[in-house]
This record gives sequence, C-alpha cells and structure tokens, in this order.
Amino acid sequence: MSGVPMEHGLVLAAILFALGLAGLMFRRNMVFILMSLEIMLNSAGLAFIVGGTAWGQPEGQAMFLLVITLAAAEASVGLALLLQLNHRFKTLDTDAASRMRG
Amino acid sequence: MEVAFYLSGLVAVLATLGVITNTNPVHALLYLIVSLIAVAIVFFALGAPFAGALEIIVYAGAIMVLFVFVVMMLNLGESVVAQEKAWLTPKAWLGPSVLAAVLLLTLIATLWLGDIDKVIEGDTLTAKEVGTTLFGPWLLIIELAAMLLLAALVTASHVGRLSAPEKPAMNKETGARKEHS
Repeated sequence: MSGVPMEHGLVLAAILFALGLAGLMFRRNMVFILMSLEIMLNSAGLAFIVGGTAWGQPEGQAMFLLVITLAAAEASVGLALLLQLNHRFKTLDTDAASRMRG
Repeated sequence: MEVAFYLSGLVAVLATLGVITNTNPVHALLYLIVSLIAVAIVFFALGAPFAGALEIIVYAGAIMVLFVFVVMMLNLGESVVAQEKAWLTPKAWLGPSVLAAVLLLTLIATLWLGDIDKVIEGDTLTAKEVGTTLFGPWLLIIELAAMLLLAALVTASHVGRLSAPEKPAMNKETGARKEHS
C-alpha cells in the first residue's frame, strides 16, 4: 500500500467536524462552545489540506493560512465576549444572556 | 507515512471526544491541545509541512495559550465541574449526538459513493511553493487576512474592556484631587 486514499482524509475531517458540531449543540458552558468552534474550524482546514495535497497544489495550504487567521480572529473576539459574560452575569452559562433589554 | 496518518488520526478523534465530554475546562483544554498536535502530525504525514508547523505555532502555541490565560483569569473552581456534571445528562446530549451522527453518516456515504479515486502520495509541498502562491496571485487574500486581524483586534479591545473602577474626582486644570471636606 502506498499513499492514503483521499476519502480517508476527508472522512477524518468529517468525523472531527461532527464531533465539534455535537459539542457545540450540547454544551452550555461558553468555554466549551468556543473550543467546539475551534475543532470545527480546524477540521475545515484539514479538509483544505487533504484537497490540496491530493492534487499536489499549494493552494490548499494557502487557504489553510486564511482559515487559521479566521480562527485566531474568532477566538479573540469570542474570548472577549466570554470575559464580558463572566463580568456581568458572574456565570459562564450562555442562557444567562438570553434576554434583551431595550 | 500511512501508519503516521492513521495513528495520529485516531489520536485526534479520541482527544476530540475527550474535549467535548470532559467536565473540567482545563482538562478539556489540554485534550484540545493534544488533538491539534495530532492534526499537525496528520499534515506532516500528508506532505504539508508548512501547514503542520503553522498549526503547532499558531493554533497550539498562540490560540490555545490565549484560552489557557482566559481560563486562568476566570478562576474556575470545583463548582464549575459540578455544574457541568449536572448539565451533562443523557437527555441533554442524546438528541444533538444523534443529529451529528446522522450528518456524519450522510457525509461518509456521500464520500463512499462518490468514487473520488485519488491517492495522496505524500509528496512534500514546501513553504516556497506556498509563499509563491500567496504573494503572487493570492496577494489580495493576504490583504484580506490583514484587514480581518485588524478588525478582530479593534473588536476584542472594545468588547473586552471591563468598566474601570471608580476613580476619585480630579481637578481638570491642575490634575490634583479635590479635597473632600
């Protein structure tokens, strides 16, 4: 056997994405929600790398650079929101901030 | 190369399972770092060493350290672990897990029936080729990433600003504190 079939790489990315999605849906703590988002973005990057290496083109890695930039931006804004949530409601439960005040 | 791919893929899946089912935020964070490093090894095995190095430096090095700092700032104690245990009932996780499993089955079935017929040989794509692409035809993407990071910086510094503690009133001209009598 020489080489990995492309399906196996994409299946790995799909498994990681599904795990991240499940975590995003059933956790209520905001720290875990942000971690699940990181898992999902990372699996999308993995799919780009698999596609790029399967065709032997560098565009996959270039796109991965953009994905990683997006993940950094998302993490910084998400963590700032997390600090605000903890400061105002003294809890990490996302349901605490479900009410709007107009 | 194949052995490295399958082993580190297995480690990545198991560590990710550890992330989403853990009740302790710090332990989940450490599992997430293991998962990211395993994915980086997958990148090395597939022949994308530049992406693998970036994954370790930026993801496991920078973003995860940010998470660790924030979790340390929040000073989470045993009460959070107990709260997480109370929230993580089968009633809470069964429905979302079934939905995610159905989605995963659909994705895998599509991949299986799709007849892609491509094999990744693992030929190394070096950083030189990636750089030539990025700073040649993809230059606009770099500018876009720079704008995105600037926007994230401004947003994070605005949103993350906690209200300052009450300062004693200052005299505008001299900067001296007003005397309370």
